[in-house]
Amino acid sequence: MVRTDKYTTESIMKLLSEIPDPEIPVITIKELGMLQNVREENGKYIITITPTYTACPAMKMLEQQILETCALHGIKDVRVELTYTPAWTTDWISKEAREKLKNYGIAPPQKKACSAVFSADTVQCPRCGSRHTEIISRFGSTACKALYKCTDCHEPFEYFKCH
Amino acid sequence: MNTQEAIFNYCLRLGDNALVLGHRYSEWCSRGPILEEDLALTNTALDLIGRAQAFLNYAGQIEAKGRSADDLAYKRAERKFLNNLIVELPNGDFAFTMARQLLFSAYEFYLYEALSKSKDPQIAAIALKGLKEVGYHLEHAADWALRLGDGTEESHNRYQSAINGLWPYTDELFEMNASDEILKEADVAPDLSHIKSKWLLKVTDLLSAANIKIPGNVYMHTGSREGIHTEHLGHMLSEMQYLQRAYPDAKW
Repeated sequence: MVRTDKYTTESIMKLLSEIPDPEIPVITIKELGMLQNVREENGKYIITITPTYTACPAMKMLEQQILETCALHGIKDVRVELTYTPAWTTDWISKEAREKLKNYGIAPPQKKACSAVFSADTVQCPRCGSRHTEIISRFGSTACKALYKCTDCHEPFEYFKCH
Repeated sequence: MNTQEAIFNYCLRLGDNALVLGHRYSEWCSRGPILEEDLALTNTALDLIGRAQAFLNYAGQIEAKGRSADDLAYKRAERKFLNNLIVELPNGDFAFTMARQLLFSAYEFYLYEALSKSKDPQIAAIALKGLKEVGYHLEHAADWALRLGDGTEESHNRYQSAINGLWPYTDELFEMNASDEILKEADVAPDLSHIKSKWLLKVTDLLSAANIKIPGNVYMHTGSREGIHTEHLGHMLSEMQYLQRAYPDAKW
């Protein structure tokens, strides 16, 4: 079966790229790296997404948002697939997206992700730019964030962990 | 047993370990000693439930009898669970929970590191994904080992007695059964004796930094490879599985 609608995998990708992340609406699911690709298979559009953390609770909502966006534009026969490979990493977050996170008050990942355990991050305060910060909690409001505070401007802030 | 059956059993073990420990952590919800720790324990629970879902889903696919991750989690009796005994032990005090996390996360860390090179692409994918999360859990547990073990007399004694209580459940983590042997030959899963030497080195290192002694010659419990559990698992499952038992196939 050959599709006759006006959409291509590229134009669908472009449409879906606009969807904001359900938990950090200042960046899109494409910028965050959760939206992987769109392909056509036997007349169906298969959209592949990947979770940030294995149990990312936003996945169901993300799937719903993708299906709704497709329905809104009259794109039919769509399926959303979940993949674990390649494993999501904060390295996929672009410089521009990191800047957006910072302006939103979330300190972006500070370095290249590596699987090295026991290597502490020096985190820069997203508000005053100081490097004098300390960790309050390794875990935060979502799986991908930790809580920090700045010892110069005394503001608490969230840090998007290297992963 | 053929390779498919061995993979099914192996993924059940990995999935059940994550599910049962994840449930134990969930029991801490709203009971953490401080707010940050409540967040940490529930976030860790979430990571584990995520891995349980991934491994049990895959086990269901391999078995090919139409069982979903939920079917496997909620509709098996305790004799069919293959998790290690150490994860089903009740939470005890905070020191016990954190000492278990140290011992178990260190085990998972080296196990997943090896599994991320598995010849089975789905096991490798889940392991590689989980590895970063496990590393973070290990760091968190190591922080608390130092803080409690090298803290006050009270915290030191509690952490030491937690390690004394947990140690007899550590040997079982490295037991090789028929599934392990088949998967080792097929380069799907590692030889657990190699994992054990890395684990022991790391754990000894972390505990001695915290002034905690490893118990000497102690009796080692066993049984989970055959589905024989402590009295605690059945009680836990009766609570965890209650809804599906009372209202079979109920959906949200």
